Amino acid sequence: MAATEQTGSRSSTERTGPGRLLYDATVRAIFLQALTAALVVGLFAWLIYNTMVNLQERNLSAGFGFLDVSAGFGISFTLIPYEEGDTYLRVFFVGIANTLLVAAVSIALATIIGLFVGLARLSDNWIVAKLSRAYIELLRNTPLLLQIIAWFFGVFNLLPRPRDSVVMAEAFVLNNRGFYMPAPVPELGFGYVMAAFVVALLGAIALYRWEDARRDRTGKSFPAISTGLAMIVLVPLVVHLALGRPLSWDPPVLQGFNFVGGVSVPPAFCALIVALSAYTSAFIAEIVRSGIQSVSKGQLEAAGALNLPPTWTLRRVILPQALRVIIPPLISQYLNITKNSSLAIAIGFPDLVSVWMNTSLNQSGRAIPIVAMTMAFYCLVSLTVSLVMNSYNRRVQIKER
Amino acid sequence: MSRVEGARKAIEIVKLNKWFGQFHVLKDIDLTVREREIYVICGPSGSGKSTLIRCINQLEHHQEGDILVDGVLVEKGGKNQETIRRTTGMVFQQFNLFPHLTVLENCTLTPTLGLGMPRAEAEELAMFHLKRVGIEDQALKYPLQLSGGQQQRVAIARSLCTRPKIMLFDEPTSALDPEMIKEVLDVMVELADSGMTMICVTHEMGFARQVADKILFMDQGEIVESGPPGEFFLNPRYDRTEQFLSHIL
Ligand SMILES: Nc1ncnc2c1ncn2[C@@H]1O[C@H](COP(=O)(O)OP(=O)(O)OP(=O)(O)O)[C@@H](O)[C@H]1O
Ligand SMILES: [Mg+2]
Repeated sequence: MAATEQTGSRSSTERTGPGRLLYDATVRAIFLQALTAALVVGLFAWLIYNTMVNLQERNLSAGFGFLDVSAGFGISFTLIPYEEGDTYLRVFFVGIANTLLVAAVSIALATIIGLFVGLARLSDNWIVAKLSRAYIELLRNTPLLLQIIAWFFGVFNLLPRPRDSVVMAEAFVLNNRGFYMPAPVPELGFGYVMAAFVVALLGAIALYRWEDARRDRTGKSFPAISTGLAMIVLVPLVVHLALGRPLSWDPPVLQGFNFVGGVSVPPAFCALIVALSAYTSAFIAEIVRSGIQSVSKGQLEAAGALNLPPTWTLRRVILPQALRVIIPPLISQYLNITKNSSLAIAIGFPDLVSVWMNTSLNQSGRAIPIVAMTMAFYCLVSLTVSLVMNSYNRRVQIKER
Repeated sequence: MSRVEGARKAIEIVKLNKWFGQFHVLKDIDLTVREREIYVICGPSGSGKSTLIRCINQLEHHQEGDILVDGVLVEKGGKNQETIRRTTGMVFQQFNLFPHLTVLENCTLTPTLGLGMPRAEAEELAMFHLKRVGIEDQALKYPLQLSGGQQQRVAIARSLCTRPKIMLFDEPTSALDPEMIKEVLDVMVELADSGMTMICVTHEMGFARQVADKILFMDQGEIVESGPPGEFFLNPRYDRTEQFLSHIL
């Protein structure tokens, strides 16, 4: 079809016959898309063919058979259970779990810090505003790799030995072996506490919906959000106390040269988390600031002149408009954290890239499947997030002419 | 003599002074507006017209003097602004509609969430006022899908939905294309005829001539001249007023 169109356009300058098709916007768009698709497919076919030929020449295999083979190396920190004899596939999942752990913790911290710094940036207090400005500029304008290395070698590696540890509240311990905190030990009956939490959560959501419908019907309102939050905290707490506290804590204890018990993370993890969340919080702060500033002063004045109560002004006028501006770039920062966590390799933290793309690849030599699997993981994360994002954007788009 | 002789005072302003930092924006303003009266304020840019009417509904806070709105003394620093704003409505030059809400939702927001009205009743009220300003068929559209004139009429309807006794207009037609000015002025004339108390900052002198009880001319933070439209246009007492009128008429 593409060929006919091209000949058509060449053979006749008049807008008749197949030549006219070229002037039709939809036909032209379809034609260009088909052409692009053909080019992309062709390029990939060529790449794959080339790779196959090269692999055969060098005797490398593209198969996935090695995944069942024991990897035979140890990993210094694993979120999911792993032993030295486990398979390569297990190593892959250990790497994914570690990467997701780093990403999740950094995302939570970066969001909280970013929110506060962003609000501080808008403060009327000159010193507060300038300090947050300085924080943002410093962190945003130096390379992340440099910051990770600085936190690792400059801070967490220079901490005192276990015997001289920094101990906070007799439960949190910081030394050059890492960060230790008490581990929760659920006992018989703790399941009920968890169940109570889930029930309270669902109850709070139901309450919120009910309040909304009742307000529409009667005009009367009722503080559903604070009541719901109180429910979520109090119900599980009461169950917990009634069952005689079926959760105990196992604190870290100094034994010989090191701490045992509790949960611990290595210095590299601490450095990575601190660096990633500090760096990203600077970007998030700017996103929060611009989101809030995107709501014009006129909107607030209109709400004020209409005598809309302040909490409703926040919930129905400011937040919906600010979030529309904040959420998309915020999500892309979350993706950046996930991808940037691969810099862990510089300080030896075993994330996916470190244990899989580096150690496993060097040891097994299966470059193609290993690279492909790694890329597939990062792509999967990014695509999932952008799907969610697109549906959010479609939902909140402001309708204009 | 006056159209509203003996009516209650809707707004009384005595020796009002306001500063922005060092800048003295409003100087010894005295003003009394009775119920059902229509006042038009005009004057050059920066003379303090907006600031004056914004002091009435507490979008700005004054430093000296007294403002009484519907008999209630405005407390300094906006302490009773919620009470004051229950009796006032305001229409802005830039409409300031909420772009993420439909026309109907714009109108029902305060009635449902501020005045405790059931949604059905609030929607009925909103449709009544949307009909009054002639855009009931656009109720489910979003503000940015409407023309400027339609948006300003929605803004008027939205304000009326809070049942104000006094309407403040800050250059409601200045952001509009000429062909849309009339549709907004028509709504304002209808509102004036219905007995609403209104203070309008505007340079639409045709409108002033048609409905105003009094025209105020402001310059450099002072009310330089005030009087019924006849006197005001025929023989302005001050040079500054005359000069200004020759510019805009
Ligand atoms: N928030 C503010 N801070 C400092 N100065 C202000 C502020 N708002 C207004 N002003 C100044 O006060 C003066 C009066 O402003 P105002 O907006 O009341 O004038 P106006 O008569 O409404 O003019 P225009 O016709 O341009 O709307 C102007 O010189 C303006 O620059
Ligand atoms: Mg003005």
